[in-house]
Amino acid sequence: MEKASAGMWRKIDTRYNLIGSECEKCKTLYFPPRIICRICGRDTKMRSRKLSGNGKVYSFTTIRVPSDTFKESAPYTVGVIELEEGPKVEGHVVENGKKVAIGSKVKTVFRKMYVDGDEGLIHYHFKFETI
Amino acid sequence: MAGIIGYGAYVPRLRIKVEEIARVWNEDGEAIKRGLNIKEKSVPAFDEDAATIAVEAARKAIHHSGINPRELGAVYVGSESHPYAVKPTATVVAQAIDAGHNLTAADLEFACKAGTAGIQMLMGMTDSNMIKYGMAIGSDTSQGRPGDALEYTASAGGAAFIIGKEKKEMIAEILKTVSYTSDTPDFWRREGANFPSHGGRFTGEPGYFKHVANATKLLLEQTGFKPSDFDYVVFHQPNGKFPLNAAKLLGFTEKQVEEGLLTPIIGNTYSGASMLGLAAVLDKAKPGQKIMVTSFGSGAGSDSFAIQVTNNIESKRKRVAPLRELIAKDKMYIDYALYLKNRSSIVRT
Repeated sequence: MEKASAGMWRKIDTRYNLIGSECEKCKTLYFPPRIICRICGRDTKMRSRKLSGNGKVYSFTTIRVPSDTFKESAPYTVGVIELEEGPKVEGHVVENGKKVAIGSKVKTVFRKMYVDGDEGLIHYHFKFETI
Repeated sequence: MAGIIGYGAYVPRLRIKVEEIARVWNEDGEAIKRGLNIKEKSVPAFDEDAATIAVEAARKAIHHSGINPRELGAVYVGSESHPYAVKPTATVVAQAIDAGHNLTAADLEFACKAGTAGIQMLMGMTDSNMIKYGMAIGSDTSQGRPGDALEYTASAGGAAFIIGKEKKEMIAEILKTVSYTSDTPDFWRREGANFPSHGGRFTGEPGYFKHVANATKLLLEQTGFKPSDFDYVVFHQPNGKFPLNAAKLLGFTEKQVEEGLLTPIIGNTYSGASMLGLAAVLDKAKPGQKIMVTSFGSGAGSDSFAIQVTNNIESKRKRVAPLRELIAKDKMYIDYALYLKNRSSIVRT
């Protein structure tokens, strides 16, 4: 339980607000955030950068045979979303009655991702929905 | 006095019709629709709860107000369906709207009126210069026991209001607020119970009508306003009939109630109900118009507000889509089986 709490706590900004990181030198954006730039290595500093959450579907699939964690969610759609700032982000795409297709425009919504059993933590997370 | 700097509203898109619930229990759907004045109700998706609804409403409120969320000094979330028994919904909301950490936050519970209690708390804190802005939210995914009368109305939704004291920023000034409170056993849910219990007909006269009427009369008495001085009136709306009956009882017209009466199309959103009604009215209200809001929470109490709209409302209005438009356009109907699944009443084994 302690491990689950610490892991969740570290990711709250990333999960709630799409906080990525930006290299101060080459301006490359990363999501999830990186502490070292892939291009500039240690010869730079990284700073936090909030991403808009707006983007388009780069690829997607529908999961019909879920892991135990997501058994109540199935079937559900997972997409690779190309954000307007550049980074590609994986995320669940919620059902809103509109067909998901490559190129569909999306925005983020705030939802429960999963819960740790009957007594554990509730894990909130951004998801995407088509607009 | 303090006023409203901005607001946001959110209603889940899933809907179930009264006829569909009535079909399962072999009841007369048409008679229930007429009796309760309700056609359908909102249902949370499997991954929505009072916290996610509060966050969606709060984000819209921040956008509508134009304030920096880091300037919020307090976040209060009123709900009777907080996802955790112990761990605040308000901290989830504050973090999700990037309000920073230099603020106070707490969860409130007073059946359907905890959100308006939050507004009153923030009025005191802003008027006394303790904080610059505060956010009060009413958000619920209310529970109705399968087969119980409440199942036709208990729904999901929420609204967030940002309170401040700078007149030049207000879209509406709160001219006065009063409350009426008593220990009344009309509706309750014990710790660990999945569904609330209620006193049936007892919830009406000694509960809803007594408290709504007394708070409203007290407000009129202390302000000197007459019912006809208000352009819009919002009463708590556990069903579509009670607010209309309360209006008649207190000398208001149906026309004054209409705009803020959402229960017929989304059900009773509990802590969200009177605040969503106010949001719908603010979507339409013109500068100078007066609005009266009286909430009600079982247990029991009512908060009553006299509000006057300012000139700022027009420029901020363009920033978010009107609530009634969201309710009408963004909806998906589900049947009773999917309703049970979304409420986690049936689970995959």
